[in-house]
Amino acid sequence: MLRLIMAGLMLLALPFAVSAQEAPVQALLQDHAEIITKNSRKTIGPAIDAVATSALPQAQEVLQAWQAKEMWLRKSDGLFFKAEKLDGKTYQLTDFDTGLDAGTAQKADLKQIKPNSGIRALIGTALVQFQLSDPDPVRRSAALTSLERDRNAASLTPLRASIDSEADPDLKARKIRLERLLTMAFGESDTARVAAIQSMSGDLGVDVRATLNPIVASTRTAFAGTLPDGVNSAGALIPGSGGFTDADAYALLVDLKLAPAQVSAAEIREALAQNISGARSGGVPVAQLSDPARRLAAYDTLAEGGLVPPRVTPQQQAAAIAAHSYADVYSEPSAQVTDAAQQALKGISTRVAVSQAADLTLDALSLASIYFLAAIGLAITFGVMGVINMAHGEFIMMGAYTGYVVQQIIPNHTLSIIVAIPMAFAVTFAAGVALERLVIRWLYNRPLETLLATFGISIALQQLAKNIFGTQARPLTSPGWLDGAWVVNDVISISYIRIAIFVLALIFLGVFLFIMNRTRLGLETRAVTQNRRMAASMGINPDKVNMLTFGIGSGIAGIAGVAIGLFAKVTSELGSDYIVQSFMTVVVGGVGNIWGTLAGAAMIGFFQKGIEWLNPSNTLAAQTYMIVFIILFIQFRPRGIVALKGRAAGD
Amino acid sequence: MQNTIFARNPSVLIFLSLLGLFTLLVTLGAEASGTGIISTSFVKTLGKTLCLCLAALAMDLVWGYCGILSLGHFAFFGLGGYMIGMWLMYERTRDIVAGALADAPIPPTTQEITDAIGTQIFGVVGSNEFPLIWSFADSLILQLAMVVLVPGALALVFGWLAFRSRVTGVYLSILTQAMTLALALYLFQNDSGLRGNNGLSGLQNIPGLDAVPQSVLSVWFFWASALALALGYLLAVFITQGKFGSVIRGIRDDEARVRFLGYPVEVYKLVIFAVTACIAGIAGALYYPQAGIINPAEVAPIASIYLAVWVAIGGRGRLYGAVIGAAFVSLVSSWFTGGQAPDVPLGFYTLKWVDWWLVLLGLSFVLVTLFAPKGLGGLVDLWSNRKSPNRHGADLGPSAGALREQEASE
Repeated sequence: MLRLIMAGLMLLALPFAVSAQEAPVQALLQDHAEIITKNSRKTIGPAIDAVATSALPQAQEVLQAWQAKEMWLRKSDGLFFKAEKLDGKTYQLTDFDTGLDAGTAQKADLKQIKPNSGIRALIGTALVQFQLSDPDPVRRSAALTSLERDRNAASLTPLRASIDSEADPDLKARKIRLERLLTMAFGESDTARVAAIQSMSGDLGVDVRATLNPIVASTRTAFAGTLPDGVNSAGALIPGSGGFTDADAYALLVDLKLAPAQVSAAEIREALAQNISGARSGGVPVAQLSDPARRLAAYDTLAEGGLVPPRVTPQQQAAAIAAHSYADVYSEPSAQVTDAAQQALKGISTRVAVSQAADLTLDALSLASIYFLAAIGLAITFGVMGVINMAHGEFIMMGAYTGYVVQQIIPNHTLSIIVAIPMAFAVTFAAGVALERLVIRWLYNRPLETLLATFGISIALQQLAKNIFGTQARPLTSPGWLDGAWVVNDVISISYIRIAIFVLALIFLGVFLFIMNRTRLGLETRAVTQNRRMAASMGINPDKVNMLTFGIGSGIAGIAGVAIGLFAKVTSELGSDYIVQSFMTVVVGGVGNIWGTLAGAAMIGFFQKGIEWLNPSNTLAAQTYMIVFIILFIQFRPRGIVALKGRAAGD
Repeated sequence: MQNTIFARNPSVLIFLSLLGLFTLLVTLGAEASGTGIISTSFVKTLGKTLCLCLAALAMDLVWGYCGILSLGHFAFFGLGGYMIGMWLMYERTRDIVAGALADAPIPPTTQEITDAIGTQIFGVVGSNEFPLIWSFADSLILQLAMVVLVPGALALVFGWLAFRSRVTGVYLSILTQAMTLALALYLFQNDSGLRGNNGLSGLQNIPGLDAVPQSVLSVWFFWASALALALGYLLAVFITQGKFGSVIRGIRDDEARVRFLGYPVEVYKLVIFAVTACIAGIAGALYYPQAGIINPAEVAPIASIYLAVWVAIGGRGRLYGAVIGAAFVSLVSSWFTGGQAPDVPLGFYTLKWVDWWLVLLGLSFVLVTLFAPKGLGGLVDLWSNRKSPNRHGADLGPSAGALREQEASE
């Protein structure tokens, strides 16, 4: 009888039923037709899984069509098709199983399956395993990227399956790495996971740490009595030792609702305020409640009357603490895995520390070369000539603005920088010569007056720049080939601009040494510096030499301005940000010696980075301590690191 | 009477009587006395200017008389302001907090009041606890002592370190500038305990004097500033006369020679450096209650350089020169930057003084240094017919801070 009814039902359902042998995809879809049309993220799972794990060659096609909202339902027979719009209302249908034309249909006869974004994401995840073996390498790469971002246990098997057939070596390496990471997190057995963790334990990648950290994530928990067996913890915590105080223990118990909370001062005040009766609360006159001891007494009286919860006494606290045991419990149940992960993390952190030290050294080197660049012009005017030029910072600023103006005229960034450097030199050289001729020449041997007069020039130039270029920062864009950074590993990296500045600093050092030691001008400069009158009687024109030397020092400041402008914003305050550090560099290094300036820049750069490393949140503090350190340093070496001796030292 | 300071320095009496006359005129013209010729805010500006004059006086003592171009005296000035500001802010906040808590059903405990004040004051820097340096903020006497002691102690420590290692001339200037920068950067930090770049505010409200209107308070502060300037001037005259004054002038012009004569040069320098720091601190403590707010930007190195600019424009090495310079430049400066100066239409470009005043100041400063080293004070010499000595272009001494020939008067 049952059979008969079944047969009858089959007959009734005949127009809709599809043979599983002839059209397996359609059969699969029909099996889940209800949840597919229901179209809810919560219930759609089995349908997607069924298609994805069906091992049918069409599965990917179906999922893609579904995700792209190209799957339509024919209302007349309930079959699913891929449909494409032909014109206004007519759609071209394609059969999923055969891939053949299945005729056309009117829009009114069809119902579009519109998966929402949540469902599309689920389909996307299911699609990844197909895309991992997609013939198009771009698709494979995209699939890997999405898998790297959103790791899940389900992708492990298809990922493993796709490794062997991978032809692209880069993609293959990525796949192997991802397979290791996924095994670490989701591997089928503890042994496999431990093996994966150990194989990656020397890797500095952020992704390795990001995989290991959740494995060793723990929550601090308290247990009544002793620690139960079978709990994977990092060991029992004893209150009062190892940074775990009694107060912490009690707070933990309160959080876990294992002990009553302590009554806070605010709660006492609140309770007392609510129980005032006849200018008294808890038997104490309200006026006396400004005394903390009287407050406690009043509260205890209230507690005795049962009006408020009693205070927790220290004895009760101690008893509660003693009655529990505490541990950091891993969310990961396997002790084997957590041990291996801890071990690996420890090894990694050591290597990370070494890399960080290397990275810090690079940073310090780059900062030192910036200071050197800013100070080298000053090393000439102040160090060699003994002329203090407070407008030096403004020459740096002028160089940077020159770069900006050149860039407005020549849009090509590479070309504009090549033009800007000699232009900046020319502009600031001219400005330096003018300053020397008009002001400084009349104030030789009057260093304090020179300081003040050049300061006057400095505020005038700064305000002038503000009037011309406005107060907002102007961009000086570096050429494209200087974008990006040189990356050694995930910890050590340095931007190309900083490398370029380092190289520029080295070039300047070379040029400076060449001019001073190998040219006529250098010889004359040194002569005039050592003994002006003697040099004059040897036929050297000291005025001309001073003018040229000052001009060169200023010109170098202009080039430094272009370099600094490439990574800092060009504002009228650009120079004054560097002026004190530049003077410090020259003074610390030792006046009158380029090697001293180099040493001073290196010391200040390394020292500042060192302090920043100790207290990374606070660069202001780093600068403060650095200046204090410099003031103390001058105590021990008043003439700087590299002090001149003998006649060259002047006085 | 013949041998008193006043007899030897007629300028002192002239200066004091001019200051007295000025004070009288301002008092009569102030809103507090009913005439209202001078607005309260301008009385405050004048009072602040007198404080700046006092700071310039200190600068003149240390630079004009001792040859130390300190670029850190405005830091001492700011420190004095911070010290008095701590008391003002603490007491004022306590009044407000006590008023608010008085309405609570339960009278507050001392701890609760302190916590509430802490939250009020340090809420802006995300803290509510009093740093150690606020320990004495509840005592006016102790904070007033700190107005003098803190700048004095800093100057002593810094000066001792600098002078004992014989740092002189521009090196010393750069070092003092670095000290100022370090202090400013330190104060800019939120965890410095002095509210970071918010600074201390509401200082114009004097605790306990809520009933007194600002128009009256401003006159009181003006009197206090005038009195401080007069006393500071007398102290400066006293210091610069007699043996001590001769020695520091000797140090200015030829330090090595003074040392060889057996004077402990470092001690003299240290004393003058610390005393002027104290004077600057007092000036700051009077200035900031009139300004109403102090923040680390006030302490920035550039402010100290301006102090030197005022003294140079007024004429260094003469006490009234510093006062004239500070008063003239700061008043003219506020006139120009306040937008009161008329614009100059050049046809193709309109010269707005708000934008161009600093350019003018910078250039005029260069011109004064080059061509009129006596500064504005030199005009007095023209009138009193005092001439520069003829030293054939040589400075008064070989030291960097020595007076120039055309700067000195016979």
